[in-house]
Amino acid sequence: MRSVIFRTVAPFLTGLMMLFSVFVLLRGHNEPGGGFIGGLIAVSALAIYGIAHGVQTVRRAIYFHPMTIAGAGLFAASIAGIVSLAAGVPFMTGLWIYPSLLGVEVPLSTVMLFDTGVYLVVVGAISSIALSLEERGGE
Amino acid sequence: MDMAALTFLALGLPFLAALVAPVLARLLGHNAAWLLALAPAGVFAHFLRFVPDVGNGEVVTGGYAWIPSFNVSFSWLIDGLSLTFLLLISGIGALIVLYSGGYLKGHPHQGRFFSFILMFMGSMQGLVASDSFLMLFVFWELTSITSFLLIGFDHDREAARRAALQALVVTGGGGLLLLAGLLILWNVSGITQFSLLLSFGAELKQSPFYLAALLLVLGGAFTKSAQFPFHFWLPNAMEAPTPVSAYLHSATMVKAGVYLLMRLNPVLGGTPEWQVILPLFGAATLMAGALLAVRQTDLKLMLAYTTMSSLGLLVMLTGLGLPHAIEAATLYLVAHALFKGALFMVAGIIDHEAGIRDLTRLGGLRSAMPLTFAIALAAALSMGGLPPFFGFVAKEEIYAALSSFELRSAVFAAVAILGNALMFAVAFAIALKPFLGPKVNTPKHPHEGPVLLWLGPAVLALTGLSAALMSGLTHRIVSSPMASAITGKPTPVEISLVPHIGMPLLLSGITVAAGVAFYLNLARLRGAMATILADIGWGPDRGFDQFMRGLVHSAVAVTRRLQSGRLDVYMTVTFLLVAFVLLAIPLHYGEFPRAPFFAADVPVHELAIMAIAVAGLLAMMIAPDRLTAIVSLGIQGFAVAMIFLLYGAPDLSFTQFMIETLSVVVLALVMTRLRLSPSDHRPWREKVPDFALALACGTGFALLLLRVTGVPFDSSLTAFFNEYSKTIAHGANVVNVIIVDFRGTDTLGEITVVMIAGLSILGLVRLRAGALKRAAAAEVVVQEEDLEERV
Repeated sequence: MRSVIFRTVAPFLTGLMMLFSVFVLLRGHNEPGGGFIGGLIAVSALAIYGIAHGVQTVRRAIYFHPMTIAGAGLFAASIAGIVSLAAGVPFMTGLWIYPSLLGVEVPLSTVMLFDTGVYLVVVGAISSIALSLEERGGE
Repeated sequence: MDMAALTFLALGLPFLAALVAPVLARLLGHNAAWLLALAPAGVFAHFLRFVPDVGNGEVVTGGYAWIPSFNVSFSWLIDGLSLTFLLLISGIGALIVLYSGGYLKGHPHQGRFFSFILMFMGSMQGLVASDSFLMLFVFWELTSITSFLLIGFDHDREAARRAALQALVVTGGGGLLLLAGLLILWNVSGITQFSLLLSFGAELKQSPFYLAALLLVLGGAFTKSAQFPFHFWLPNAMEAPTPVSAYLHSATMVKAGVYLLMRLNPVLGGTPEWQVILPLFGAATLMAGALLAVRQTDLKLMLAYTTMSSLGLLVMLTGLGLPHAIEAATLYLVAHALFKGALFMVAGIIDHEAGIRDLTRLGGLRSAMPLTFAIALAAALSMGGLPPFFGFVAKEEIYAALSSFELRSAVFAAVAILGNALMFAVAFAIALKPFLGPKVNTPKHPHEGPVLLWLGPAVLALTGLSAALMSGLTHRIVSSPMASAITGKPTPVEISLVPHIGMPLLLSGITVAAGVAFYLNLARLRGAMATILADIGWGPDRGFDQFMRGLVHSAVAVTRRLQSGRLDVYMTVTFLLVAFVLLAIPLHYGEFPRAPFFAADVPVHELAIMAIAVAGLLAMMIAPDRLTAIVSLGIQGFAVAMIFLLYGAPDLSFTQFMIETLSVVVLALVMTRLRLSPSDHRPWREKVPDFALALACGTGFALLLLRVTGVPFDSSLTAFFNEYSKTIAHGANVVNVIIVDFRGTDTLGEITVVMIAGLSILGLVRLRAGALKRAAAAEVVVQEEDLEERV
């Protein structure tokens, strides 16, 4: 698997896939996509990188422990629900604001925060499993 | 504040005090007792204000709705019965808090002890004040739990831990029986409150469920009040520090069972069953307790067994159904709380100051501890039933109840005389032997305890004296209202210290004479009892150990049987069940699909995709090694994803693509971890059953899908989401809007599951021992996760 071509291409491929995963996440509300699919794409990207360069490189690259990422995601998703409580509407009710950034109206919502949380949980949990399996696999 | 709010506060005050107790104990040391005792004293003062009204026969009820939808309320019922208990609990509670201050002076966890004992006090108050059944049950179990904490207070000692667990199992288990009994009462009568139940009348006794309810309630009461053969936890509970024994195991908690019987006497009592079961168990407990008490030399154990026999006497009197019996129970209950609490505290003082509490190794303490001696003597005189103490009044009333000339009452009179005489001997053994005779060397140099120690028992002993001297007042404010509440009709108590020549006095005289004889021959009696007990050998205490061992063994056996730890067994069972559900249920209801309808003009590209899917499956089946099989399975998965895409489900298709990719990667990784041989070398006879099972599951799913698609499609949900997805949730992608908005809470639950699954797999992978087996389990979780997400 560790052919020179694969090892050379892998970082670029991974970078592109990560970018694509974020794109899929963000466009999810109106076009096919969303946090879950985006997360799975990101995990695939990490898996490719891991197969090409080894688990330690991936761990260094993502900096945080995968489970920390998953935990942050779950936290973000819960916050997205709780914010609605603070606004006096039932738990998990979507809230939207439309601030203007550099003259462009950007829709932001608790729903988006929630979807980002889903993305992070999927990335964290699945990559944690894959990495730990891969790590000891060669023993 | 009005009376109801104050009563609510009084019921909660001990818990509040329990919260601040650790802080106060850290700041003030043992002197925190003076402040903390204000809580029970305040409660006592509050309930004292009810005395005039309740003395006139009034019943005070009040409370707040707790769970209105279940008709459960936090409500209290204060009549003669509960008021007497409340005054005993708070009054003795205040003294016990002071006593604990002296007894555990300098103990590193004294604050924790104060906290526990105040929590117990609050629970016990709640128990006797409860009007609603469920509130009674909650507080009943709370007393069991706090008692567990208190008995196990010296948790470094194995014996204390065992005793705590034993008390919890026995009384907690009894609590569950009580709950069942109360629920039956609730169902039969439709009433959830004692105050209403008491006016419900005789219907309950004619109900076919009467016996069941009675036995369940008795199960609760007998375990709590240490009736034979459930008595064994009480002497073991003497592992607790002495203030606990004095409070819980003589004056209050063990009386909860008696309280319950008295509370339910108007509703459940008076039937033949009641009048047979209660006196029989009571008499057996009375005799067993008295005989076992004689056997002991440890002061606390002697007192514990006499407590058991006193409880037996109370149960017996409650169930007799003779005139004066309830009045006698009332008087004896109060007298016992006073003298037994005092004697326990005296035993604690001796233990604390002399360093030992074995009767045979104590003596001549009278000059070193004159005050303690005086208190012990006063309490023992009351326990022995001698004038001018309250115990005498109680005993006269007991014999008044038992002195009619018929066989039944004569038998119970004989039991009462024998039991009382033995208790008389034990009482004076405790009050005299450590103090009289030549001085014996003790581990500590004995001297009088500090005021915190002797104040409690002194007050109790004096109360026992003054209650008898002013018996008219005592009866008006305590005995008569309480007896009336138990019988359910006005029941004045009139007995006083003035001796009236007659049968009761004669029986009293016989008791004292026999008691003196027993006292003089105590050592011989003790030896005889020791021989008898050694001959019997087995006892309920050992039975409890055997029961617990059996319980653990059977639990282990069942678990081993169900949880073999073999993954292939789990998977086979799971899929067998899937196949059963999918095939047997349609068979039973005749719900198989009709012959499938094949469209005539399937486009070529769709046929090609399906052919790829089938080819992938075939390749998997004939694959020479496992890795090829996994990849072939992926071919089929991708083909299905293509079909999703063609039929307008891009999200589903996307997800399917990613899941297939990752499944192949993860499965391949698991494969390498498992270090399996590259291919399956099992013989055919092992493969064929698996194949058959797979075929059955696959057929089942195919049939199910055919059946489901054969039903006309209900498009109302589709219409709803299409209409509102943009207008309400501001999203055009209906699938995503459902996931993150309409059904967002579901998704929150799902990602939590993903997170937990990830954590568990991480944990499993990291476990080095038995790593091979555990990785197999991880594989299953991953697959389950995949299945779930695909759905």
